[in-house]
Amino acid sequence: MSPQTALQGKPASAVVEGLRSFFVRFGLGACLIGLWQYLAMRAGSIFFPPPSEIVTRAVELWLSGPPSRLFLGDGVFQDIIPSLGRLLAGWSLAVIVGIALGTVIGRSRRLSELLDPSLQFLRAIPGPALVPVFILLLGTESAMRIVLIAFGSVWPVLLNTIEGTRTVDPLQLDTASAFKLPGRARLWHIILPAAMPKIFAGIRVSLALAVILMVVSELVASTNGIGYRIQNAQIMFLLTDMWCGIVLLAVIGYSLNALFLKVENRVLTWHRGARGRTMT
Amino acid sequence: MLTVEDLQFAYSPDHTVIENVTFDVTAGEIVSIVGPSGCGKTTLLKTLAGLLRPTKGAVQFQSQPVRGVPTGLAMVFQEYSRSLLPWSTVAANIELPLRYKAIAPPDRARLVADSLDAVGLSGFGDRYPWQLSGGMQQRVAIARALAYQPKLLLMDEPFASVDAQTRADLEDLVAAVRATFDFTIVFITHDIDEAVYLSDRVIVLSKSPTTVLARIATDLPRPRDQIATKALPHFVAKRSEIARLIRRPTSNSSA
Repeated sequence: MSPQTALQGKPASAVVEGLRSFFVRFGLGACLIGLWQYLAMRAGSIFFPPPSEIVTRAVELWLSGPPSRLFLGDGVFQDIIPSLGRLLAGWSLAVIVGIALGTVIGRSRRLSELLDPSLQFLRAIPGPALVPVFILLLGTESAMRIVLIAFGSVWPVLLNTIEGTRTVDPLQLDTASAFKLPGRARLWHIILPAAMPKIFAGIRVSLALAVILMVVSELVASTNGIGYRIQNAQIMFLLTDMWCGIVLLAVIGYSLNALFLKVENRVLTWHRGARGRTMT
Repeated sequence: MLTVEDLQFAYSPDHTVIENVTFDVTAGEIVSIVGPSGCGKTTLLKTLAGLLRPTKGAVQFQSQPVRGVPTGLAMVFQEYSRSLLPWSTVAANIELPLRYKAIAPPDRARLVADSLDAVGLSGFGDRYPWQLSGGMQQRVAIARALAYQPKLLLMDEPFASVDAQTRADLEDLVAAVRATFDFTIVFITHDIDEAVYLSDRVIVLSKSPTTVLARIATDLPRPRDQIATKALPHFVAKRSEIARLIRRPTSNSSA
C-alpha cells in the first residue's frame, strides 16, 4: 500500500498521523533543549551557557544588521559567507572531479583493477593530516582550504561512481547497442542515470565530510570563517560566542542535508518507484 | 534479407554454443526460431544483431555482411523491465533511439504517438515503465521498436515473462502491427504453439551445440485466430511435427 492511497482513503486519520509523526520527530528534540536549558540554568556554569543565552547572542552576532542588508550582521559577511563559499567550492569540486574520474575508471575494467588499491590507500588518509602539506604547497589563503575540503570529501563520490558506473545492467547497454546509440548518449542516458542512486549516496556522505573539513581547515592559520570564530572566541574566553558557532555548524549541517535530501528525492523518484515495484 | 551461413559461436574452444547454423529469411516474413531451453537461442540472436561476433561463418543483412549492429534493425528483449530505462518516461524511452537517427523533433513526436497508438497505449507516454504492468511494459518495448521503423525486428522470447492471456494478446498485437507496418520479424521462442501460430516459417534448433534440425513452413491462413487457427488439424499436425523434432534425442550424450 502506498502513502497516497492512505491519504486518499482516510483524510482525517492522515492528519492525525501527520501531527503524531511531527511530535514524535520534533517533540524529543524540544524536550532535550528544555532539559539543557534547565540544567544549564541550575548549574550556572560559565562553560555551559543555557540555550536561551546562546540564541540571544546568535541573534546579536548575525541577525542585528541594518535593514539594507536584510538585518544580517557583520559576522555573516565576515565568517559565515566565506565559510559557506569555501564549503560549496570544495564540495562542488569534489563532486565534479569524483563523478568525472569515477566514470572514466568505472567504465574501464583495466583502470579499476589497476587503481583500486591506490585509491583505497589514499582514501584512508585522514583529510586533516594533510593540512600541513596543503599549507606548504598552497599557502594559507582560501585555495588551500578549498583544496583540502575537495580532497577530503572526494572519496565517497569517486568510489561510489566507480561502483555505480561499473555495475550498469548489461541488458541496458545491449539495448543501447541494438538501437545504435552513440557513446555520448550511452553516457548521458544510460550509464550516468543508472549510476545515479550510488552517486547520490556518495555525494551525501561527502557533504558531511566537507562540513567537517571546512571547520578543520579554519582552525589552522586562518583569519575568518566559522571555525576560526569558534577558536577565537575560546581563546578570548567568549564562551557563549563559542557555543553560538558550534550550534550554527549543527544548523548548517542539518539544513544542507535536508536540502540535499529534497534534491535527491526529486532526482531519484524513479529509483524508489522502480525498486518499490520489484520488491512487492 | 537475412542470410545466416555456417554460423558457429564458441565462448572458448571447448565451449561451443552454436555448432553450425544456416538459414535465410525473406523480406516480409515472420520466422520463428524454436529450440529446447539452453540451446543458445539468445546467443544466436545476438550474433544476428551484430552484438556478438561469430567465431565462424557469416551473417548477411540486406546483402551486407553484419559487423556490429546494422542500420535498420530493432530488438525486443525478453526482460522488458531491464530493457526499458526506469528513469525515463514511456515517451522518452521510445524517443531516445530516434534522437540519434537524425529525425526532426516534430516527426519524433508523431512517431512516438503513432507507435503508442499502435500498441494500444495512447495517453501512457507520461508514465514511467515501472508504473505499468508487465504486459504493458512489453508493449512499450514493441512501440519503441516500431517507432524506430526497422526493416528487421528481432524478438528474443518477448512474451516468456507475461501471463497466458497477456501473451495471447501480445501475439495478436505482433501479427497486427506486422500487417500495418512493413518489416520482417525473426522471433525466438521456446513455445512451439507460439512459433507455429505467429510464423510463416519455423526454424527448429537442436540442443547445444546447436544445429538446424528443420525449416518448416507453417502454411496457415492469415489473419490467424487464437482459437480457430489453433483448432485447425493442420496447426495441430505442424505443432506435433516440431515437438517430435525437439523432444527426439539428437545425440547419445543427452540425459
